[in-house]
Amino acid sequence: MSGHLSEEAVKQHVRIYRRVFLALGALTVLTVAVSYFHFSVAVAVAVALFIAVTKGSLVAAYFMHLKTERKIVWGILAMTFFFFVFLLTAPSLHHR
Amino acid sequence: MSESASSIRYINRPHPVTGVTNAKLGIWCFLASEVMLFGALFSTYLLLRTGSASWPHGPATLNVPLATLNTLVLIFSSVTMVMSWASLATGNFRKYRLYLGLTALMGCVFLVVKGFEYGHKFEHHHFPAASTFYAIYFTLTGLHGLHVIGGIAVNLYFLFRGRVLWQRDPERLTNRIECAGLYWHFVDLVWIFLFPILYLL
Repeated sequence: MSGHLSEEAVKQHVRIYRRVFLALGALTVLTVAVSYFHFSVAVAVAVALFIAVTKGSLVAAYFMHLKTERKIVWGILAMTFFFFVFLLTAPSLHHR
Repeated sequence: MSESASSIRYINRPHPVTGVTNAKLGIWCFLASEVMLFGALFSTYLLLRTGSASWPHGPATLNVPLATLNTLVLIFSSVTMVMSWASLATGNFRKYRLYLGLTALMGCVFLVVKGFEYGHKFEHHHFPAASTFYAIYFTLTGLHGLHVIGGIAVNLYFLFRGRVLWQRDPERLTNRIECAGLYWHFVDLVWIFLFPILYLL
């Protein structure tokens, strides 16, 4: 987030933080509950990662203010994401 | 030398080229390096797990209820962290101290719970050298724990030095707390991924 905020804008943020907190709590309970179902490994991984990505996105978008952040920060993150994916996939590419 | 000439420029005002303060640009670059640090270990985990003949099931090996509690503790600490920034942004220093104190306290609660988990594992001779699973488990959670300790140290500094910094330059303290918050939320974010990967899958 950049620049100055009015008091009313900050109060609006606080209302959103409360909702995000509730959503994160609910998603945590959900991901634990889902783990008790005996899904196949592929489905279990997909569901767990989907919930984790949703939770991570909420934290980044609202708590880290990415939703209203400047382009340069998004640029840094896009580059980081590219190299992060490369790190994850490079070993498996090497083994082929 | 005057204050403006000796201090780092564009701390309170956004830099005209980047549109953000230098401090914020710096913390985001640091977090990008942190993503690569944890990314290397996540990649290691993936390689070890897919390359091994068998891998222990998380819920049968680790304490899921305690880790769930710790997840909720860290999420709550993220809310109190962002609320401490919001309190400063509205000029309420008393609430800022309360929320920042709560954030540091939640960080300590997380470490105590993690300490119980580690203690239980050590009692049963589950050390990092015991297996590939425990090697990567202790490496990932240990590195994350070190980050929590670092975050607590930063928050305690701003808690005890806060009044002086607030009286000197309120806007600067608000920006510094936003940057400290970015780091703390990142630590929370890493745990959000560590929790299902190690404990639930």
